[in-house]
Amino acid sequence: MLHRCSDDDKEDQKGLSRRTFLITGVAAGGGLMLGVCFTRSRGAKAQTGEETFEPNAFVRIQPDGSITLVMPQVEMGQGTYTSMSMLIAEELEVELDEVGLEAAPPNDKLYKNPLIGFQVTGGSTSVPGFWEPLRRAGATARVMLIEAAASQWQVEPAACRAEKGEVVSPAGERLSYGALVGAAAKLSVPQNVTLKSPKDFTLIGTPAKRLDTPEKVDGKAKFGIDAMIPGMTFATVSACPVFGGKLKSVDDSKAMALKGVRQVVRLDDAVAVVGDHMWTAMQGLSALDIEWDKGPNADVTTESIVQQMARASEKEGALARSDGDFAKAIPNAAKKIDAVYEMPFLAHAAMEPMNCTVNVTKDSCDIWVGIQVATRAQTTAAEVTGLPPEKIRVHNYLLGGGFGRRLDVDGITQAVAIAKQVDGPVKVVWSREEDIQHDVYRPYYYDRFTAGLDAQNQLVAYHHRVTGSSILARWAPPAFVKGLDEDAVNGAAKEFPYAIPNILVDYVRDEPPGLTTGWWRGVGPTHNIFVVESFIDELAAATKTDPVAFRRSMLAEQPRVLGVLDLAAEKAGWGSPLPDGVGRGVSVQFAMGTYISQIAEVEVTKDGEVKVRRVVCAVDCGQIVNPDTIVAQIEGGIIFGISAVLWGEITIEGGRVEQTNFNDYRVLRINETPTIEVYLVKNEEAPGGIGEPGTVGIAPAVTNAIFATTGRRIRKLPIKSQFGPE
Amino acid sequence: MPTLTINGQEHELDVPDDMPLLWVLRDVVRLTGTKFGCGVALCGACTVHVDGRPIRSCIAPVSSVVGKKITTVEAIGDTPSGEKIQRAWLDIEVVQCGYCQSGQIMSAAALLESNPSPTDSEIDAAMSGNICRCGTYPRIRAAIKQASQSG
Ligand code: FES
Ligand code: FES
Repeated sequence: MLHRCSDDDKEDQKGLSRRTFLITGVAAGGGLMLGVCFTRSRGAKAQTGEETFEPNAFVRIQPDGSITLVMPQVEMGQGTYTSMSMLIAEELEVELDEVGLEAAPPNDKLYKNPLIGFQVTGGSTSVPGFWEPLRRAGATARVMLIEAAASQWQVEPAACRAEKGEVVSPAGERLSYGALVGAAAKLSVPQNVTLKSPKDFTLIGTPAKRLDTPEKVDGKAKFGIDAMIPGMTFATVSACPVFGGKLKSVDDSKAMALKGVRQVVRLDDAVAVVGDHMWTAMQGLSALDIEWDKGPNADVTTESIVQQMARASEKEGALARSDGDFAKAIPNAAKKIDAVYEMPFLAHAAMEPMNCTVNVTKDSCDIWVGIQVATRAQTTAAEVTGLPPEKIRVHNYLLGGGFGRRLDVDGITQAVAIAKQVDGPVKVVWSREEDIQHDVYRPYYYDRFTAGLDAQNQLVAYHHRVTGSSILARWAPPAFVKGLDEDAVNGAAKEFPYAIPNILVDYVRDEPPGLTTGWWRGVGPTHNIFVVESFIDELAAATKTDPVAFRRSMLAEQPRVLGVLDLAAEKAGWGSPLPDGVGRGVSVQFAMGTYISQIAEVEVTKDGEVKVRRVVCAVDCGQIVNPDTIVAQIEGGIIFGISAVLWGEITIEGGRVEQTNFNDYRVLRINETPTIEVYLVKNEEAPGGIGEPGTVGIAPAVTNAIFATTGRRIRKLPIKSQFGPE
Repeated sequence: MPTLTINGQEHELDVPDDMPLLWVLRDVVRLTGTKFGCGVALCGACTVHVDGRPIRSCIAPVSSVVGKKITTVEAIGDTPSGEKIQRAWLDIEVVQCGYCQSGQIMSAAALLESNPSPTDSEIDAAMSGNICRCGTYPRIRAAIKQASQSG
């Protein structure tokens, strides 16, 4: 049954949960409501002034029995609304559909991501980070509700149990959570509650329907771009196309003459046109005569950036890992192999273009946006407006894709600066061209390898030097210590799974002039697993060893890596014959707490067209919360990665990005999508992340498959720059 | 002043003739289910039905749809194909971020309307204009198949 949701939803016959997916601007009476609010309430209305039970920042129970999870993480497609709700519901002993959601307000103290240190959704950390805190929040509430009921019945709490939203006494009497709210709220919050043992889980690990789907199939779901505020105007913007350039002058006479164009806003480095709707704003923008001061980067090209990087990569870098003594071992090697790998700048191109709606008044600022970092949104708005942070309200919406782009607040900074000059609320929307040309880009990386094999073809010495921009140094400066960016070497250093006696890994920071670099799905490992797994494949070929066998020989101490590798090989039929022109390639990875092996079957036609036909992926992410979400994230992650390995690249000419839209920043379409098979390993290890790992290891699986069928090693991505027609 | 018939309702609108239907729907009529993705007919996020056929509303001037029947994702569930598609979408759990899905559903419902049991390659042909950055394509394929088999 399709669920139609609205405030006056009357379809619920049994008086069970009624749900609304409210996104409102200014509520009646001028009170402001949160962006996303996914409520379920029981038939009876809560009386105003009645007590609610809020044992911690995450759980709120009303006298009508409705339960709200104040959701620290944002939903951008990864299914976190559902998985986080499952953690609470499991410990609280309620059905999943009894839990309503509300986006948490910006507050680093209450809602910090335990793995990152502030309020952020990213790095595939939601389940690993909140696995314990949210279960604890649910368990604490359960223990207090039991205690409240037990004292009413005058029995021992230990003799009572919680079940389906009620506490049950030894004699079989029942009290609903709603009826216990007042009493529970008066109890002191226990510090140490016992969490359920995994063998007693009834929800975690079982397939749960996603809570956010119904509203996403009938157009009701509200993304940031859908925010509608009474009295709002619409704006679109053009920032200086040359990075670091400034606005010199603008003639707006033609634009202002257009019907519906209201205002032209000038910023230091950008111009925006405000109109009655997006169309007039777009028309107005193209009618402007803008002169830019191109600034210091007008001569920057991809080539100049790469040359600078190649030079930088010749110096010694900050040490990331040293086992044994590489310098001593390498001269004694029987065979030495060198390789240089390069990976391009990438844009995110989430389907929802960058946008942000803002209302700045004398003493307040409201922001309606989908953002992975709510507190940073608040901070930047405070800086731009000069208002104290508590006067900035962030209404967080659904995100139409994040992939790392919405971990940066540059779009919010700009929108607030525009809104400061506009009367009333204004929605700023970037065109797709603006979105691609003013992204924060996945860095270009330049990797050098040297390996030494002994006379028995054993890998005895291995050096990997990573050169590239440090996102961490800009985004979280305190984490950048002694010249080492742990993310830039993630997957290459500590998480490198192979046993080799002499390993040296170092990092050279080199910043491309003008460009801002940022997080991109799979972060450090997406880069490192490509280069490492490609180079390991080169070494297998150099020793004429089967790529799976070669890897296995160095993984004896990595049972979980071996486990996924063997599973993928078995399911893919590794070693079985393939048609002419088709090859198989393998990769393994340990990233974001999850072990994965992928095997890709790739066809290269006679005229050089590359087609990924089939991908087999074995996943060990420890404790599984929602199995179908894991499969979906892996499928989607692989498809995201295939776009990048085949075609993804942002190139620079004259200090500006050359790509503009999906015609020249090509992404995978349904007719180009391979068959994807995902196999999950079941165990009770700590849960790993799942939003990004699928993207991480697909590139080397594809390029290793190309090598298997053509003998051509792809050392520079994307494949299109190396291979056949576009 | 163009009058449009959107989801069975007449709207008299004060907008320029060359304004694309997408912005009329979103910013004037405030039906935000139809999405902006590229603005130049490359991504399919803005797909709506005009007289039952899928079009890219980002490049369709409002003057070209006057007097025609416009259906958006908000009302597609009232058509038999649309209802089947939505049901299959829920059942297969197609959706991730959801931003592209209005367009996917409109393209899929139009396909099913004109071809009740499409083959794999017919699905590819009908759906290749709709980009999904979250990569829900394998499930879109499966859901269209399921919908085509459901009564
Ligand atoms: S927005 Fe119309 S096709 Fe992309
Ligand atoms: S579901 Fe996110 S773009 Fe398709």
